[in-house]
Amino acid sequence: MLQRARDYLNSLLLLEVLKGLRLTGGYLFKRKFTIQYPEEKAPISPRFRGLHALRRYPNGEERCIACKLCEAVCPALAITIEAEPREDGSRRTTRYDIDLFKCIYCGFCEESCPVDSIVETDIYEYHFENRGDNIMTKDKLLAIGDRYEERIAAARAADAPYR
Amino acid sequence: MPEIRNYTLNFGPQHPAAHGVLRLVLEMSGEVIERADPHIGLLHRGTEKLAETKPFNQSIGYMDRLDYVSMMCNEHGYVRAIEKLLGIEAPERAQYIRTLFDEITRILNHLMWLGAHALDVGAMSVFLYCFREREDLMDCYEAVSGARLHATYYRPGGVYRDLPGQMPRFADDKTKWHSSAEFRRRNQAREGSLLDFIQDFTERFPALVDEYETLLTDNRIWKQRTVGIGVVDGERAQAIGFTGPMLRGSGVEWDLRKKQPYAAYDKVDFDIPVGVNGDCYDRYLVRVEEMRQSNRIIRQCLDWLRANPGPVMLGDHKVTPPNRVGMKDDMEALIHHFKLFTEGYCPPAGEVYAAVEAPKGEFGCYIIADGANKPYRLKVRAPGFAHLSALDEMSRGHMLADVVAIIGTMDIVFGEVDR
Repeated sequence: MLQRARDYLNSLLLLEVLKGLRLTGGYLFKRKFTIQYPEEKAPISPRFRGLHALRRYPNGEERCIACKLCEAVCPALAITIEAEPREDGSRRTTRYDIDLFKCIYCGFCEESCPVDSIVETDIYEYHFENRGDNIMTKDKLLAIGDRYEERIAAARAADAPYR
Repeated sequence: MPEIRNYTLNFGPQHPAAHGVLRLVLEMSGEVIERADPHIGLLHRGTEKLAETKPFNQSIGYMDRLDYVSMMCNEHGYVRAIEKLLGIEAPERAQYIRTLFDEITRILNHLMWLGAHALDVGAMSVFLYCFREREDLMDCYEAVSGARLHATYYRPGGVYRDLPGQMPRFADDKTKWHSSAEFRRRNQAREGSLLDFIQDFTERFPALVDEYETLLTDNRIWKQRTVGIGVVDGERAQAIGFTGPMLRGSGVEWDLRKKQPYAAYDKVDFDIPVGVNGDCYDRYLVRVEEMRQSNRIIRQCLDWLRANPGPVMLGDHKVTPPNRVGMKDDMEALIHHFKLFTEGYCPPAGEVYAAVEAPKGEFGCYIIADGANKPYRLKVRAPGFAHLSALDEMSRGHMLADVVAIIGTMDIVFGEVDR
C-alpha cells in the first residue's frame, strides 16, 4: 500500500524526468569538452596514418629503390610503380603513383618498405580541386616528403622502439 | 463504402532511423505492421570474394570495414581463424592486449549503440555524452595503431606493435578560446603511458554509465517505448540464431568468452548479464551492464600488462615479419621480410571456423584453405544478419514507431550484414 502510494507520488511529480533534467542542466555550467577545430587541434599519435610521402636521404638522394614491395603488399592495389636504371646505373622509379581514392590507409606500404621511403605522415587535412588530383605522383609525394621531413623523422624516431 | 486495404510503406534506405542503408518494405494496416520485409545488399562490397584474391594478411584491413563500429573484434575473428589454420598461438602479452582492445571495442560499440538507439527513440543528449567517451577510446585506438577506426592492428601471431609508452598530448599554447592552463589540465590524463590513460578512463567510466542510466533507465518515455517491444523468448531466440546481447536479453546465458574462452578471457574475472523478458528494455539493460563488465575486464588486463612486459609477436619469421632493425642488419631477416610481404605464408590445406564474441554477437570466420597463400573461400558469419532476419516476426503487430526501436535494439550495422 505504502509502496503504491510512493510510486504514485513519484510518477505524479515527474521525479525521474527531473533527475535527468538536473543532470543535463548541470552540464550547462561545467567545462566544455569540445575544442575549436581549425585553430585548436586534437592530439595526434606518432603512429598516425595519413597522407603519403616519399622521403630522401640527408644527402638529397631519394630513398626509393623500386623494389615494388609496397606495390605487391597494397591490399587495394592503389600503388603503381615503373622502374628503370638511371644514367648512373642505380635502380630508380620512373613512375610512382598512389591513387588516394583506392588507398585504405592500412599502413602496409610503410610497414613493408625496406628503406623507409614510402611513409604515411600525420597530415590529415588535404583536398582535391580537380579530377585526377587524387593520383599522387612521384613529384607530389617527394615534395610532401621534403616539406615535412622534420615531422616525419620525429614521428618515426618516437615509434622506432616498437617497430 | 469500399474496404480500405493494407498499404505498403517504403522505409529507407535514406531514412535517418534506418541505421545506414536498410530498406524496409512495410505492409501496414493503419499504423500497425502486418509484415516487415528487410531488403539488404545496398552496402555489399564483396569482402568474402575479395579475400580469395589476396594473401591472408592483406584482408585484415577489410575486416575492420565489415562491422565498422567494432573494428578490432572483427580482426580478432579473422586472425584467430588464420592462427587456427596455421596451428600457432600468439604470445601471452599479445593475448592480453587483444583482450584489452576487444573490451575497449565493446564499450565503443555499445556507446555508439546506446547513443543512436536513444536518439531514435527520442533522447538527444545521451548521444552527445556517449560520443564524448567514444572520443577517449578512439584516442586509444589511434595511439596504438595509428588510425581512429580502421586499425589493422591484429596480426596472425600477435599484434603489430607493443602499446606506446607515451600518450599523444594537446599542444599547450594559449588560443583564443582556451588558456594554456586548460590544455595542461586536459593533458593531465595523458602524462603517462597509454595504460595510464586507459586506467584514468576506467576510473571515470562507471560514474558516466550511471549518468546514462539516470537519463534513461527510469525515464517513463524510454520505458514506454521499449518495455514489451520486440519480445523474443529464449527458445525462439536460440532457434533463429540470435547471439550476443540479443540472446542474453532473452535470458539465455550464452557468451563465447565464457563458453569457449579465447585470448585471455579464461584468466579474467567477469559476469555475464542476462535479461528476463526478452524485450527491448531488457536488451538495453544487458548492454549497459556489459559496459560495466568490460570496464572490469579492462582493469584486470591493465594490471597484468603493467607487470608483464614481453614480446607481442611470435618470433617465427615464416609467419610474422622480423623487426625493422633486424631486417636491415641481417640478410636472412631481409629475405623473410620480402617473402612475407610478397607471397605471404601458405597454411596447410584444411577448413577452420573460429569465432569471437563481438559486441553484437558471434562473429566468426570460416576459411577453406587449399595450401595456397590465399584462402580458397572465406565465409564471414555476421551476427547482424541473423538478427535482421528476425525483424519480421519481432515487429509484427507493433506500431510503425516501434519498428525504429526494434531496429535500434538489434544494433544493426550494414557493413557486416551486406559484407
